[in-house]
Amino acid sequence: MTIQTTNTTETSTDNNLVSAPIPMTPFQEFWHYFSSNRGALGGLIVIALIFFMAIFANFVAPHSPSDQYRDALLLPPAWLEGGNWSFVLGTDDVGRDILSRLIYGSRLSIAVGIVAVTASLIMGILLGLVAGYFKGMIDTAIMRIVDIMLAMPSLLLAIAIVAILGPSIVNAALAISIVSLPHYVRLTRAATMAEMSRDYVTSSQVIGASPLRLMFVCILPNCLAPLIVQATLGFSTAILDMAALGFLGLGAQPPTPEWGSMLANALQFVQRAWWVVTFPGLMILITVLAFNLMGDGLRDALDPKLKQ
Amino acid sequence: MFQFIFRRLSLVIPTFIGITLLTFTLIRLIPGDPIDVMAGERGVSPERHAELSAQLGFDKPLYIQYFRYVTGVLQGDLGNSLVTKESVMSEFLTLFPATIELATCAALFAILIGLPAGILAAVKRGTVIDHSVMTFSLTGYSMPIFWWALLLMLVFSVNLGWTPVSGRIDVTYWIEDVTGFMLIDTFLSDEEGAFTSAVSHLILPSIVLGTIPMAVIARMTRSSMLEVLNEDYIRTARAKGIAPWRVIVIHALRNALIPVITVIGLQVGILLSGAILTETVFAWPGVGKWLIESIGRRDYPVVQGGILIVACIIIFVNLLVDITYGIINPRIRHSR
Repeated sequence: MTIQTTNTTETSTDNNLVSAPIPMTPFQEFWHYFSSNRGALGGLIVIALIFFMAIFANFVAPHSPSDQYRDALLLPPAWLEGGNWSFVLGTDDVGRDILSRLIYGSRLSIAVGIVAVTASLIMGILLGLVAGYFKGMIDTAIMRIVDIMLAMPSLLLAIAIVAILGPSIVNAALAISIVSLPHYVRLTRAATMAEMSRDYVTSSQVIGASPLRLMFVCILPNCLAPLIVQATLGFSTAILDMAALGFLGLGAQPPTPEWGSMLANALQFVQRAWWVVTFPGLMILITVLAFNLMGDGLRDALDPKLKQ
Repeated sequence: MFQFIFRRLSLVIPTFIGITLLTFTLIRLIPGDPIDVMAGERGVSPERHAELSAQLGFDKPLYIQYFRYVTGVLQGDLGNSLVTKESVMSEFLTLFPATIELATCAALFAILIGLPAGILAAVKRGTVIDHSVMTFSLTGYSMPIFWWALLLMLVFSVNLGWTPVSGRIDVTYWIEDVTGFMLIDTFLSDEEGAFTSAVSHLILPSIVLGTIPMAVIARMTRSSMLEVLNEDYIRTARAKGIAPWRVIVIHALRNALIPVITVIGLQVGILLSGAILTETVFAWPGVGKWLIESIGRRDYPVVQGGILIVACIIIFVNLLVDITYGIINPRIRHSR
């Protein structure tokens, strides 16, 4: 693959000397591969829009998510007969603006995603580094627990945890982060073990680096690529599981504008108000799809095996 | 081979112990005293409390309680439901056929669509077909299936009126419970139209539950096929002038299927947890709906027992998959 930067072409025309192409910085190289993947780029744009929507929900949303317009119950979307342009996507059974609820809902989904992914990433990295670095008994113990957790479907385990702790957003986020822990532990452990046999680790060890320094300064930065990919994909799982818990009544509780719990009592509107059913789910699908697309793109861009 | 099976079996025991520990702790982590929780709002007198405590073994040290629990579990005793007073095991056994029926149809749907789609995408790599298969499978993979269920219901049941909205069969039929599988029972019964009714009730739930496994199978089949199609022996087969379809179906597919079979086996977990959502939407009287309703009713023995059984089924299926994998792929069997 030939990669020419604009710099090299300029110099070659100026003084007829062909200089070697300036090597790309790791970030430029990453961006080159990432941006050539249209799906990933699309995912990134959608995610950026959703983040923007979540952060500036107060300014973007036309109404408050909890305001009930009693004279506008179950109003259809604006472009349909009987619709009203002040409620673009229509209203629900108590007259709340669906668009505003979706916009505020993105805040919750993104927040839960960030909290759940960060929590499981930190715990997973710690456990994985310890298991991979010390090996032996500690490794066996940690990996056995991880195997047990992997034997349970994530949603079932999350439901079990929420059943104990009681239904709430915080407990749901906690359950989701516990459930996704095994993947991070396994990835970190495998990457740590691979790095441990490298020369640079041995030489730092000979120089006298402490185990902590070896683990966090030498090894960890080199294990980050698969973790970044997994974290992106973990975001989509977190949003999906959160919505499923909300739908089952085990996550966010009704007045909260959360995408999944907005669908919790949608079953009764299937017959008369399709917009109440359609839009929250579409939002979940688009968000999850965007994270999955970006995750796939990141994997392709960060995996050295796929590069030439 | 026996050594491989033995080694794999020995891994099951710690996993089983771990899961029983988890479900054992589950009921003890619930805030408040378990007997007060069971008694509900009325509460119990201190004497009755002590009596119940002795009867249920809560006055014994924890390790004895755990030992008793595991002994009970191994004998199939998972306690009784607080609501119906029935044994958890017998409740599970009456509901399980409905879930198996749904999961089997979903798996069939997933395999029958996912496998050919994956093969087609690999063979027509880089074409419109490939791109659309991959787009569809990524969308299916990202699908919130409870919403997908509502959407299909909206279109096919409410607007078009092609399929019924919920349940396993029309209420006008009374089918004797022989096997617990509605398809078989209606087939055996004399009632006219009962079988058709059962089939039409199964269509939407199966599609919904099968969507994610279908997407996973299609993706896996495609990448596995692509890998195999690049191998030398395929080029040799082509060079020998074997018909293209024969090269693909007989030569390539056989090797490409090995990882796909593993992935299909791993879908059992996804099917069983997806059944919780699907059954809730379609009012399908199976294990998933039972579990969710029990959580709502705070029927802890059922939640505890149900989770344990489902987890054990998944461990068992994973074990079967691993052993099958070892049989068809000797490289796995001999590696440590």
